[in-house]
Amino acid sequence: MALPDDPIPFPAVFGESATAGRSIDRRVVIETHGLVKRFGEREALKGVSFAAHRGELLAVIGPNGAGKTTLLSILAGIRRQDSGSVSRDPGEIGWIPQQAAVYRRLTVEENLRLVARREKVPDRDAAVEEMLEQTGLGDRRDDQVGTLSGGNQQRINIAIGLLARPLVLLLDEPSAGLDPRQRERLWEFVLGLAGGGTTVIFSTHNIAEAERYGQRLLVLADGEALFDGSSSELHAAAPESGARDFEQAFVAFLRDRGH
Amino acid sequence: MRWLFIKDLQILRRSPLVTTLLVVYPAVIAVLIGFALSRGPETPRVAFLNEVPQGQPLVLAGTEFDIAGARSELCARIQCIPVSSEEEARDMVRSGDALAALILPPDLIERLESLGSLSPSQPTVRVLVNEEDPVKARLVDDRISSLVTEANFRISKQVTRISANYLSLLLEGGQFNLLGQTFNVLGLKNTQRILEALRPELPAGSPFADALDRVIQFSRLARQNLNLASPVLGAIAHPIEVQKEDISGSPPSLDSFAIGVAVTVTLMFVTVLLVAGSLALEREENVFPRLTRGLVRRTALLVEKVALGVALSLVVTLLMLAGLSLFVDIDWGRFPAFGVAIVAGGAAFAAFGAAIGAAAREVRASSLLAFMISLPIAFVSLVGSGTVSPTLFDVIKVIRALFPFDPALDAISRGLDAAGPGLGVPILHLAILTVAYGVLARLALRRFAF
Repeated sequence: MALPDDPIPFPAVFGESATAGRSIDRRVVIETHGLVKRFGEREALKGVSFAAHRGELLAVIGPNGAGKTTLLSILAGIRRQDSGSVSRDPGEIGWIPQQAAVYRRLTVEENLRLVARREKVPDRDAAVEEMLEQTGLGDRRDDQVGTLSGGNQQRINIAIGLLARPLVLLLDEPSAGLDPRQRERLWEFVLGLAGGGTTVIFSTHNIAEAERYGQRLLVLADGEALFDGSSSELHAAAPESGARDFEQAFVAFLRDRGH
Repeated sequence: MRWLFIKDLQILRRSPLVTTLLVVYPAVIAVLIGFALSRGPETPRVAFLNEVPQGQPLVLAGTEFDIAGARSELCARIQCIPVSSEEEARDMVRSGDALAALILPPDLIERLESLGSLSPSQPTVRVLVNEEDPVKARLVDDRISSLVTEANFRISKQVTRISANYLSLLLEGGQFNLLGQTFNVLGLKNTQRILEALRPELPAGSPFADALDRVIQFSRLARQNLNLASPVLGAIAHPIEVQKEDISGSPPSLDSFAIGVAVTVTLMFVTVLLVAGSLALEREENVFPRLTRGLVRRTALLVEKVALGVALSLVVTLLMLAGLSLFVDIDWGRFPAFGVAIVAGGAAFAAFGAAIGAAAREVRASSLLAFMISLPIAFVSLVGSGTVSPTLFDVIKVIRALFPFDPALDAISRGLDAAGPGLGVPILHLAILTVAYGVLARLALRRFAF
C-alpha cells in the first residue's frame, strides 16, 4: 500500500479542536501484522494486527498488563518484537512517553534545539520557533524546563515528539498526572494535530477519555487484540449494553470475553 | 556526538553547586591523603631537661664528642621543649603539654667517660611518659628507643676502640697512663722476642731449657689469639650489617607517589561520579529511550560519556597539579608521560563509572554506589604487602587488578617520576579494564530503557 511521503503541516493554531465524527482519510499510514512479544515465558503480545489512517485518533485501551505500553514501545522502536512486522520505520514515528522525557536543567529552547540537531531537522531555527509558537511557550523559551508546571513540561514533551514532523504520533498515557484544565488543553492540542493530518495513537486507562477522543478503539487484554472499532460499536458489542454507560459496557465486554 | 557533549557541559554549568562539589571535594580529600602519606607521623613534643654542666666536654678514647651536634640531631627527631627542673618536666607531661620528658642526669658525662676506664659505671637517662594516648605513647617509645639505641651504638664504637687499644698495648707493648703515672708495658711480642734471643744462650742440657720453651710457646699462642680479638670486638660493636637490595625495580620517589595518590583519588572520584551520574541522568530524565531509538546508538552514547569523563577529569587533575606545584616540585617536562597516564586512567575510571551508572539507573543511587565501591578500593590499593596475611593479600591483589585505581596510580606515579620505570604495563592494564568495563556498561544498557 502506498503511503504519503509528503510532510504533513502542523495545525495552524494551537488548540484547534477536531469535531467529533469528522471524516477520516482512508489512507493507511501505519499497520502491524501479527506482532508477538515475549518476556521469558509470558507472552505480552499475541499476534496483534491493526492499521491506522492518516489524521486518525486511535485509542489503545485495556486493563493493566494488557500490552498497551509494550505495543507502543515496539511501534516507537524502543523494544523489538519477537515476530510480526510494523510497516513504518520507528525513525518516522514521533513518540511521546508518559513521563516527560526532557532535560530539566536545560531551557525550553535548548531542549528543542538539541532534539532538532539529533533528528537532523533541515531548518532547525524555523522548526524550533514553530514549536515554541505552537506550544505557547515562546515567552518562556529561556526558562529551565524543571521550573515549568507539569502541563507545560508535557507540552515540551509533545513538541519534542513533533519536531521531526512525523506522520504518526504515539502518546503513552498522555494525560496522566495532569489536572482537568491541563488535560483539556492537551487534548485540544492533540485534536489540532490530528486535524492537520497527523495520525495519533494513544494509550489510556481513562475510558471516558478514550470514548471522547478516540475515533477508533483498539482493545487489548492479556496481549490479545479483542476489539477494533468505534466506541459505539464497542458499546453495542457489550452484553446488555443498552442499560449501561460506556465504562460499564467496556467492563462487561471484557468480562464477557473472559478478562 | 558533539551536541551530546555540549549538552552535558550545559547541564554541568546549570548545576554549579554539584559541579563545584564534584571537583573540590575529591581534590581536598586527595590532597589530604597525599600529604598524609608523604609526611611522617607528627613529631612528638618532649620536655628536655639537661642537668649536665654546661660546657663539659665528653672525651672517649681521646676523641671529643660533638655534644651540641648530638642535641641538635635529637631535637630534630623529637620536638624538644627545654625545661629547667624535673618538677617542670613532670608538670608538662602530666598536663599533656608534652608527651614525655627526657632527663639527662648531671653525672652523665662522667659515667660515659668511665666506660673507657678500668672501672666503668653504666650511665642512665630518665624518661617520663604520659601514655594517655596509646598511639602517641608507642610513637614516643619507638622514637626514644631508637635514639638510645643509636647513642649506645656510637658510644660502644668508642669503647671498642679503647678496648682494642688496650689489647694492642698488651700485644705490642708501649706506655700506659694510670692515675697520672706512666708505665712501660713490655707486651707479648717483645716478651717472645727476648725469650727467643735468650734460648740459644742456655747451656746444652740446661734444666731451664724446657721451661723456657714452654713460656716462648705460650707467648706466641697468646699473641696469635689476641690478634683475633680486635676484629671480634669490632663485630660485637656492629654485629649485623645491612645490605639493602631492592628487587622490585626502582620505585617512584615518595613525593611522586604522594602526588600520584592525590591525582589518582581526584581522577577516580571526578570521573566515576561524573560519568555514572551523567549516564544515570539520561535514564532519570526519561530521555534515554527517546535518545537511543533514533540516530544515537547506545555504544555511541557510552563513548560520549567516557570522552566527557576523560576530558573533564584531565582538566581537573591538571588544575590540581598546577595548584600542587606551588607546594611541591612537579617536573612539567614529564607532561607527555603523566598526561598519557591521566588520560588512560581517566578512560578506565570513566568506563567503570559508565558501568555503575548503567547498573544503578538513578543519579543518587549511582553516586552512592560510586562512593561505596571506589573508596574501599582506593584504600585497599594502598595496603602494603606484608601488612596483612599472605592469603588476604592475594585477595587484595586480585581486587587491585580488577579495578582501575591501582594501575592508574602506578601509571601516574611512574609518569611523574623521571627515575621511575616505564608506563607500558600499567597503560596496557588500564586499556584492558577500559574495554572490559565498557562491555559491562553496554550490556547493562540493554535493560536501561525500562
